[in-house]
Amino acid sequence: MTIVFYLLAAITVAGALAAMLLKNTVHCALALTVAFAGLAIQFLELDAQFAGFAQILVYIGAVAILVVFAILLTRGSETPSEGVFSKTWLAGLAVAAAVFAVLGWAVLNSASALPGETAKPVVSVLEIGNALMDRYVLPLEIVAVLLTSALIGAVIVARHEKGSAK
Amino acid sequence: MIEKADQIFVILLHWILSFLPAAWQPYVGVFICVATIICVFPALFAIAVLLERKGLGRMQNRFGPNRVGPLGIFQPVADGLKSLTKEDIVPTSADAVVHFLAPVFLVVIVFMGYAVLPMGRNMTLVNMDAGLLFFFAMSASTELSVFMAGWSSRNKYSLLGAMRAVAQMISYEVPLLLSSLVIVMMTGSMNLGRIVDAQNQYSWGLPHWYIFTPWGFAAFLLYAIATTAESNRSPFDLPEGESELVAGYFTEYSGFKFALFFLGEYVGMLSVSGLGTTLFLGGWSAPFSFLGWVPSWIWFFGKVMMSICVFIWLRGTLPRMRQDQLMNFAWKFVLPLSLLNLMVAALWRFMGEGLLRWGVCSAILVVAYVVMARVGMSREQFGPRSYRYAE
Amino acid sequence: MFGEGLLKGLAETARNFAGSFVSAERLTTVQYPEERLAPIEGTRDFPFLVYDGADWEAGLRCVACQICEKECPPKCIYIEKSVDKKPDYTGKPQIYPARFDIDISVCMSCQICVEVCPFEAIKMDTEFELSTTDRFGGLLYDRKELAKSNEHYHKIHPTEAAEVDARLAEEKAKAEAKAKAAAEAAAAKAAATAAKPAGGESKA
Repeated sequence: MTIVFYLLAAITVAGALAAMLLKNTVHCALALTVAFAGLAIQFLELDAQFAGFAQILVYIGAVAILVVFAILLTRGSETPSEGVFSKTWLAGLAVAAAVFAVLGWAVLNSASALPGETAKPVVSVLEIGNALMDRYVLPLEIVAVLLTSALIGAVIVARHEKGSAK
Repeated sequence: MIEKADQIFVILLHWILSFLPAAWQPYVGVFICVATIICVFPALFAIAVLLERKGLGRMQNRFGPNRVGPLGIFQPVADGLKSLTKEDIVPTSADAVVHFLAPVFLVVIVFMGYAVLPMGRNMTLVNMDAGLLFFFAMSASTELSVFMAGWSSRNKYSLLGAMRAVAQMISYEVPLLLSSLVIVMMTGSMNLGRIVDAQNQYSWGLPHWYIFTPWGFAAFLLYAIATTAESNRSPFDLPEGESELVAGYFTEYSGFKFALFFLGEYVGMLSVSGLGTTLFLGGWSAPFSFLGWVPSWIWFFGKVMMSICVFIWLRGTLPRMRQDQLMNFAWKFVLPLSLLNLMVAALWRFMGEGLLRWGVCSAILVVAYVVMARVGMSREQFGPRSYRYAE
Repeated sequence: MFGEGLLKGLAETARNFAGSFVSAERLTTVQYPEERLAPIEGTRDFPFLVYDGADWEAGLRCVACQICEKECPPKCIYIEKSVDKKPDYTGKPQIYPARFDIDISVCMSCQICVEVCPFEAIKMDTEFELSTTDRFGGLLYDRKELAKSNEHYHKIHPTEAAEVDARLAEEKAKAEAKAKAAAEAAAAKAAATAAKPAGGESKA
């Protein structure tokens, strides 16, 4: 089924490229959504149902909306007068290459660290739930604390603004 | 014989497939099922639209449409023809690509939700393990199309309507997920088929539907509120209120694209009714064990149409809520109650069988409802106004 | 109790829905044009000319005084007087309108023509389904189209017509009484003058 993989990879990369290269910022956000969708279908193709649907629910359903709102509520919705490439593109390229190198090294090295499984693991939602409560409870709680603090921070910022109005 | 009537569509499908070579059978089978869904649910949409217009009319002491065909039954046909033949106007400064894609995206995503609904015994299109999550993923994606529609029209009313709609949909998404989560917790699976099977049992002739439990009833009410808000139905239809924002994010759409939005809204309404039926009303199971001879798909579609009638009833009764009232309601009333409901359901599971858990859970929920109503919904006393000047 | 209003509202709507199938009070629609509401007595649409008796030309009450033409605010009445005369309801010879046109596309139904007419000749009709496809003369009504009988007037405005008839009958009676008295006086005077020369002649 590698043809499916290459097709999805092409869609994802095309979406990500379009998100960089398009002039209209909202178009960029929508292209990013296409990239997210490509990733989600990749997950589904690997039989990771929960990850795929959670990707759609969270990324397309919430993060894309957030990005779009951020663009709208600031002045980013106007098309830029100069080109889409910034003046510091060399530094950006260097940083991106470094991140890619680190991630690639991590992925390639971790392949040997996984137990050699020939059969596809059955990842049902029940298994994920058990793992979250059992083995990964600390990351779960840390993420929960992070999200709560973000929420409280947002409420405080909004409230502070309302307070300064009086 | 009863078995045959119940499984008639499945038998029909297998019979059609038996004429084809084995390699083709899965693909053609899926194709036939998808084609059936695409034909049946727009037909239900036509019925729902007619029911709505006639029902609203009767509730408002008038006839609904009754000129086109006897009792007006061909009115949806007339409406369809009208919207197909109207001129498709796209404003010059509108973003043509996004303007075109928004209704397409909406309709495609909304129809995807039907893939996991169990419409009868053995009548689910794809029996996914994480079916409920898939459904919610699809319903979350519809918000993006609403936003696309509003933004691409380059019309400040559309944009305002779209932003309000998206804010509303996001706010009510959390209570929607939480109230459905209670069902997942009590069943132990996200598979919609398993959820229906868990409800398909009877004690003394009465079914084990989740709506008949205290936490299930509360969850059902919260789910109903959340889905009314998600589909932008009255009383939460501020984004598309005719008297508020022309037509909100639909403003710059005419002809068939408008019809597609309309279709998307009603098909979405049918799909969340279908999910509500599956989660709370027992899906395709009969209300009493002695009525088990009636085919399962009749029960499913009957319950879905009853939910539609309740939607229409709510629309005819309630005035529109203002945006801030709507948001207050979501965050200060519905969300805390859904969280509490989750805990009450857990309590129910941990108390043993018996009458005590009914009493305790019901008491907690009723007290919480009254307290939240007093606390969460109290309107602030308005003091002297403060002004903030734009800099 | 939070939510009580909602339930009461739902009950009311349900009552409306169910009641609309059984009682007319909950379904007040009159499906025009198959059903029509009966017009009430005070209905007024466009003017018509009243005639007494069977012959519309002979019984037409209008005497072409042209007061309505002058008083009409949008000037929709056009009158041409006749050359000869015909007797009116009291028997007195009166001129009559040779032409009496009302352009009902201009008429604003103000009823001023009715109020100023001294002869109870022009009254308001209750017909409103007057649309026509003739855009040039279709809404210009002439004398023949405007003339409608007194029976029609009684049918559409019974109390008014009865009152008008009573008044006209009274005036007619008064006129007749006056004419009779005048005739008697004239006859008496004629008899006196006839008797006096006879008496004078018999004396001489």
